[in-house]
Amino acid sequence: MLEVLAADGLVTVQDLGRRGWARFGVPRSGPMDAFALRAANALAGNPPEAAALEIGLGDAVFRPTQDCLIAVTGAGYALSSYVWGFPLWVSLLVRGGWTVRLSKSDGGMWAYLAVAGGIETEPVLGSRSTHLRGGLGERIETGDMIPVGRATLDAQSLAARTVPETIRPAYTQSPLIEVIPGPQTERFTADGMKTFLSGCYGLSPASDRMGYRLDGPQIEHSGSADLPVLAQCVPGRAQIRFRETTVEAAQARWRAMVNGLYTGIVKL
Amino acid sequence: MTKSVYTTRHAPRYTRHPLSDSTCLVQLGDRIDPTVNRRVHALAALIEASPLPGVVETVPAYATLLVHFDPLATDYASVADWVSGLADRAAMDATRAPRRIQVPVRYGGESGPDLGAVAASTGLSPAEVVRIHTGTEYTVYMMGFTPGFPYLGRLDPRLAVPRLETPRTLVKAGTVAIAGEQTGIYPLDSPGGWRLIGRTALRLFDPASETPFLFAPGDLVTFVAEAVDA
Repeated sequence: MLEVLAADGLVTVQDLGRRGWARFGVPRSGPMDAFALRAANALAGNPPEAAALEIGLGDAVFRPTQDCLIAVTGAGYALSSYVWGFPLWVSLLVRGGWTVRLSKSDGGMWAYLAVAGGIETEPVLGSRSTHLRGGLGERIETGDMIPVGRATLDAQSLAARTVPETIRPAYTQSPLIEVIPGPQTERFTADGMKTFLSGCYGLSPASDRMGYRLDGPQIEHSGSADLPVLAQCVPGRAQIRFRETTVEAAQARWRAMVNGLYTGIVKL
Repeated sequence: MTKSVYTTRHAPRYTRHPLSDSTCLVQLGDRIDPTVNRRVHALAALIEASPLPGVVETVPAYATLLVHFDPLATDYASVADWVSGLADRAAMDATRAPRRIQVPVRYGGESGPDLGAVAASTGLSPAEVVRIHTGTEYTVYMMGFTPGFPYLGRLDPRLAVPRLETPRTLVKAGTVAIAGEQTGIYPLDSPGGWRLIGRTALRLFDPASETPFLFAPGDLVTFVAEAVDA
C-alpha cells in the first residue's frame, strides 16, 4: 500500500487508457505524457499496461507501507525520499515508512510515480485510468491508501537503473511540434498554412487535458512522438512552433522512441 | 498525399484521412442522413467481425467512422488499405436488421420541466408534443458527450427547438431531452443545454455491469409514454 500524506495538486491513477468503449462515448483517458508513464513502468519492472500515479499542479507526498522499488519520470518536479534528493528517470529502492516527496519545480507539468507491482485500484471498463468528467475513478486525496500489486521481479537487480537523457523526450518550453496535414487542410489558404507553420504560439492558461488553447489560428493534428513534449509545456509560459510532417514519418518517430526506451535502460 | 478517394460501380464514394499517427478517418458522407449513417454502422460491424491486428477500436459518428490503431503494432497504410476493402462491402451490408429498444418515459412535470415551454413555442399542446415524440422510431446515430449518451434522430421538425441559451448545471440521469432535430437521454447527472421533456427509469450506463450500456450506435429506439404530468 501507498499512503498519501499530501496531494496538493491533481493526483490520479493512469494506465495506457481505456480502449474499446469510445463508440459508447467513453474517452480513452490515460496519461498526459505517455512516454514518461511507459518509462516509469519499465524502470519499476512493470509491463507497459500497468497503472501508475500521475502528479501535476502541486506537491505530493507518499509513504509506502513496505519496502518497494519505485521510479519517478516526467518533468517539472524534484524527487526526495527520506533525507536524500534523487534524480527523476531512475529506479530506486525505498524502505517501508520512508516518505517519497514530489516537489513542483520548473520545466514541466507532470510526473509519474510507478511502484513495482503496479497500482491496483479496481479497474472500470477494463482500465484503471481516471476520467473525472465521466465519473470513472476518483482523484487521489490526502489520507488515501492506494493498493499496490505484488512485485514479481527481483527489486535489488532492478534498482539503480536509468533511462539515459539521450532517449528521453527533449522537453522544452519552446518546442517545434510536428503536425500531419488533416482532412480540412485545404480549407486553409496557402498563406494561412504558411503563417501557421512560421508563427510562434503561446500556450494559453485556458488549456486543460481535453484541449490546448493557443493564441493564433487553428491547430492541426499532431503526432504521438511530440505529445510528451507538448504535455510538459507550461500554460502561460510555453512558446510553440509547428513543422509539417507525414503520417508515416510521425509514426516512425514514435516507434523509434518507444523501442529505444525498452532497449535503452541502463545501470547507473 | 495520404488522402484518397475511391469510387466503385456499386459502392458510393468514401474518403480516408489520417487524423493523427494512430487513426484513420473514413468519411462516407457529409450530412446527417440515415442511409449514410447505416453505412457507417455497417462498416463498424464488418471491422469488428474481421479485425486487423493492431486495430484497437472504431468510433462511429453521423457520417464518419474513426478507426483507432496502435502505431506500434501496425501502420496507417495497412489500416487504410484494409478499411477500403471493407468499405466497399459496407454499402451492401447496410440492410442488416438493427436492435430495437423501447424506452418508457414519464413526460412533463418534474420529470420534464420544459414540456410546457416546448409546447408553447411550437404552438402544440403538451399532449401533441408527447404524441409526436413517441410517434417516431429513432436511430442511435452516435454516442458521446458523456458515457452512454445517445444522439437520436431524426426528431420531427415540428418539435425542433433551439438549445437553452444558458445550459443547466445539473440535469438528472434518465432525463429525455430535445434540441434541433435531435433527441437524447442523459445517462448521468451532468450539465446539459437541451430542453427537458421527460424522464425514464431505465439505466443507460452501469459501469459494473457485464453490458454497461443500454444502447449501441445503430440501435432503433422508440419512446412509450407511461404518464404525462401537468
